[in-house]
Amino acid sequence: MGNGTSIGRVRGLGSSHHGTGHFLSSRLTAVGNLVLIPFLMISLALMPSHDYATVHAWAAKPLPATALILILINTFYHARLGIQVMLEDYVHENGGKIAAWLFVNFVPFAGAAFGIVSVVRIALGGA
Amino acid sequence: MAQAPGKRPLSPHLEIWRWGPAMLVSILHRITGEGLAFVGLSLFLWWVGAIAGGPESYQTFLDWVWLAPDGGLQTATALLGKVVLVGLTWAFFQHMASGIRHFVLDIGAGYELETNARWSLLTILFSVAATSVFWAAVLLH
Repeated sequence: MGNGTSIGRVRGLGSSHHGTGHFLSSRLTAVGNLVLIPFLMISLALMPSHDYATVHAWAAKPLPATALILILINTFYHARLGIQVMLEDYVHENGGKIAAWLFVNFVPFAGAAFGIVSVVRIALGGA
Repeated sequence: MAQAPGKRPLSPHLEIWRWGPAMLVSILHRITGEGLAFVGLSLFLWWVGAIAGGPESYQTFLDWVWLAPDGGLQTATALLGKVVLVGLTWAFFQHMASGIRHFVLDIGAGYELETNARWSLLTILFSVAATSVFWAAVLLH
C-alpha cells in the first residue's frame, strides 16, 4: 500500500475475485446442512435411549456413520466460511488478520479430522 | 484500512437505527451462526470423540453435560449443558429459517417492506415452535 499517488493508495485493496466462489460454497453447504442436521436431530430424538450401547450402535451403522462424516466435512466447511466473513467484518488490524487467517485455515480442518477419525473408529470397531 | 485523508461520512451506528424485524433477524443469523460454529461444533466433536473413546469417556460426557450424578461442579455444568443444548437447538432452527429466507432474498424476491417484515417475524415464530416440538419429542418419547 503506497501513500504517494492516488492510485498507489488504493492498489491492492480491491476485490480478490474469490467472493463469488465463497458465496456459492456457503449456499451449497447450507443446502447440505438442510439435509444432514435434521437427519442427526431426528435420529437423536427417536432413539429409545441415549446410553452408550444405543448411541454407539447407531453411529456404527453405515448410513449414520456416513451422515456424521458428511457433517464433519460439510457443516465444518460451512462454519469455516461463516467465521471467515465475521472475522473479515470485525478484525481490521494486520496482526489480527494474520491470526484470523491462521485460525480459519487450521482449526476447522483439525476439528473435522479429529471427528472423522472418531467416526471411523466407531464404525470400523476398536473401542 | 486505507482511507482518504480528512473526515469521511460515517453511517449511523447500531444504536441510532430504529429496530425492525429484518434487522433483528439479520443480527440473529450471525449470532446463531457463530454460536453453532463455536459452541455447537465443539460440543459435537466432544460427543463424537467420547463415543469413539468407549463407554467410560461417553459416560464422562453424559455426566458433565446432562446427568451430574456426583453433584458438586457437575450440577452447574449439567444445568449449563441443558441450557446450551436447548439454546443450540433454537439457534439451529433460527439459523435454518433465516438461511432459507436468505435463499429467497438471493433470487431477488421478498424485499417489499411488509413481506420482508412478515417473513422475518415468521422465522422467529418458527424457531421457537420447532424448538418446543423437538424437545417435547425428545423428553416425552
